[in-house]
Amino acid sequence: MPISGCPMADRLSQNPHFQVTDLEAWYGESHVLHRVSFDIREGEVVTLLGRNGAGKSTTLKSIMGMIKRRQGSVRLREKELGRASSRAIARAGIAFCPEDRGIYSSLTVEENLMLPPVVASGGMSVAEIHTLFPNLAERRRSQGTRLSGGEQQMLAIGRILRTGARLLLLDEPTEGLAPVIVQQIGATIRQLKERGYTVLLVEQNFHFAASVADRHYVMDHGQVVDMIPGPEIADNMAKLSTYLGV
Amino acid sequence: MTTQPEITAAGLPGMSASHRNLFLLLLAIVAVAPFLAYPLLVIKVLCFGLFALSLNLMLGNLGLLSFGHAAYFGLSSYAAAHAAKVWGFTPEFALGFAVLVAVVTGAVFGALCVRRQGIYFAMVTLAFAQMIYFFSLQAPFTGGEDGIQNVPRGALFGLFSLQSDMALYALVAVVFFVAVLALYRITWSPFGQVLRAIRDNEPRAISLGYRVDRYKWTVFVLAAGFAGLAGGLKAISFQLASLTDVYWGMSGEVVLMVMIGGMATFFGPLIGALLVIWMQNELAAFGAWVTIVQGLVFMACILVFRKGLLGTIADRLGLKV
Amino acid sequence: MLIFGIPLQLLSTQILLGLINGAFYAILSLGLAIIFGLLNIVNFAHGAFYMMGAFGALLMLDHFAMNYWLALLVVPLTIGLLGCVIERLILRRIYDLDHLYGMILTFGMGLVIVGLFRNQYGATGLPYSMPAALQGGYNLGFMFLPASRAFVILASVAVCLVTWLVIEKTRLGSWLRAATEKPELTEAFGINVPLLITLTYGFGVALAGFAGVLAAPIYSVNPMMGSDLIIVVFAVVVIGGMGSISGAILTGFMLGLVEGVTKVFWPQASTTVIFVIMAIVLLIRPAGLFGKQA
Repeated sequence: MPISGCPMADRLSQNPHFQVTDLEAWYGESHVLHRVSFDIREGEVVTLLGRNGAGKSTTLKSIMGMIKRRQGSVRLREKELGRASSRAIARAGIAFCPEDRGIYSSLTVEENLMLPPVVASGGMSVAEIHTLFPNLAERRRSQGTRLSGGEQQMLAIGRILRTGARLLLLDEPTEGLAPVIVQQIGATIRQLKERGYTVLLVEQNFHFAASVADRHYVMDHGQVVDMIPGPEIADNMAKLSTYLGV
Repeated sequence: MTTQPEITAAGLPGMSASHRNLFLLLLAIVAVAPFLAYPLLVIKVLCFGLFALSLNLMLGNLGLLSFGHAAYFGLSSYAAAHAAKVWGFTPEFALGFAVLVAVVTGAVFGALCVRRQGIYFAMVTLAFAQMIYFFSLQAPFTGGEDGIQNVPRGALFGLFSLQSDMALYALVAVVFFVAVLALYRITWSPFGQVLRAIRDNEPRAISLGYRVDRYKWTVFVLAAGFAGLAGGLKAISFQLASLTDVYWGMSGEVVLMVMIGGMATFFGPLIGALLVIWMQNELAAFGAWVTIVQGLVFMACILVFRKGLLGTIADRLGLKV
Repeated sequence: MLIFGIPLQLLSTQILLGLINGAFYAILSLGLAIIFGLLNIVNFAHGAFYMMGAFGALLMLDHFAMNYWLALLVVPLTIGLLGCVIERLILRRIYDLDHLYGMILTFGMGLVIVGLFRNQYGATGLPYSMPAALQGGYNLGFMFLPASRAFVILASVAVCLVTWLVIEKTRLGSWLRAATEKPELTEAFGINVPLLITLTYGFGVALAGFAGVLAAPIYSVNPMMGSDLIIVVFAVVVIGGMGSISGAILTGFMLGLVEGVTKVFWPQASTTVIFVIMAIVLLIRPAGLFGKQA
């Protein structure tokens, strides 16, 4: 299996850029995340792998402050965001692309793209995003949800690139998409890495994850159970298969 | 509403000991009350208590709030008054006619109202009640702004005169007690269980094969019928049917009674009715202050006192009432 | 000239009166729809805010000699501010609860407001003198069009149109639509949804206040003036479905018109015709004419 190398490793700082420590979360009475801890260095692409219901999406939502009952520490650079509102978290420079893509049906494609406010300088311009995803330019007057699944995914990724946020949380961007679109999204993520974005990716599609990520955290039953560096993934296939139940 | 505690089917097929004690207490209160307070005032409490219980049959068990329950109460009070005064019906037939009118009206409007849920249900019931109000304002037999006055109390079965307040009280007390027992049986029957299953998870109830709309409609008709009985009793007792009984203000008042008492309880609405009527009596001389205080109590019920009086007490004691 | 055996003048006069009622239905149901969209609260106090608008115009004239045109601006602004305060202090506490609680809470709020005004001003109507520019009217040949009534319709159309444009065509409007559709995600993009909610409630009740100022010169100003009206507006909202801004506006005018025409042909039914239409809509399209069918 081809494994993407780490061409920018020399540019990576060794201090964690983003650090999650002992994150806990509850849905009502049920305790769904148990002391989840991991970290990401600047410019890294890291995946959370795991079965359905392992707590991957919940981890992203908890980081974003979208789960009401949560505790633990979430740190972006020096900034503690464990108790911040999701608005403040977004303003601190974390952008979220939800599993269902979160395209607004009451907004046009263009309005969807322009919706998230700019939180820092250095975001992509609309022209750049249109170069990256030409379909979005062609269909900018359409209703957001009239786009195809692949186009909606591009819109969902595109709109958070405008904001200047440097840490992107992508929840299953390849789910339900045709292989050719999956390849395109893979290429996009590699481009984002080239541009120095830090990406936390939730994936079910292990092959896709292996093709883009520097490291993999494995989750099970609401806990992080293992960390596998990208280059070692081939040696750990057997272990991974048990984790993922494939 | 989804957040309220479950009314359990404790006590089926008989009645739990605590509920039996509550019924005995209620019986004792109803027996003693007319000697301690004006019988007519107690009658008013009983009529409105029954009215409030009928509303809560739907709200407490199904989570459906009728904001137009006065329609059935008021229309039936017109029906009873008209039957007794113009047609010369004896009280039992006037009451029967009142219930019939409420049931038929409830059957028609209920079929329409159950097509919407939640907040829309509340708005639709309110709108239809307003339609009944405008109808009552114009219809020839309601007496318009004057209402139907000097309704004869008549003689029960043509034999027992209800002229004395105590005789009237005896009739109202018996009818009230039987109606409360009937409402209790409905609430804690297997039918009532299904209602609460629908309230808690409607899609699941549908997938289990229950014809949800049919259940909702049935409860709507039952609630209308009991409200009609309350309205009829009130018209005969106070010898008056008027636009007040059919106005939205009355619908609001009965919601208030249920909220104060606690909609997750069976007996709560009775206490709510007692308190609201007591409050109206105390504030009667102060004009619009009744409205202001009622409004404030409404807000307090929602903001700080969501379980109502009896609901809060029951929670403290760990009881289901 | 007769149309269906009815003199044209009578018919056109009633249609005009119907359109005026429709103008009020439209503004009020528009406000209700916007508030419901974002807050999930059926604002039962809407009628009370409308009444406060009319009293506001009256009081401004009596105490500050403020003319009608200035009142048309100042009164809705003041009521809007009051709405913002109410949202912050009271409504904010109940967003996590069942929607019924919001309806009951605002019902209580409406009772308090109406009760306070009844204490102060009694239950009878107070007159508001017509501003000079609105006296007189235009002879259209087949009917006389009073300037005051023409103004109500024009002002209502203008306000509805501007509101629609702001919501559908501006960036602020796109934030509002986004927050209505997916509040949590919108907040997670860094948009201040709680502030939007406050402003929306303020704007919604300001619309009701605006309608109240419009009503002051043509209807009698009394504390109960909004109470019955709001229930008819609920029926309008059920008929239109609360999902659509333009739907709320169109349904409002349409039903006013239907009411006016009914008054010509069957006067007794004119107060109930909207409810009958509601019954028919419930049978045929339960989610409303412009609502999303389940």
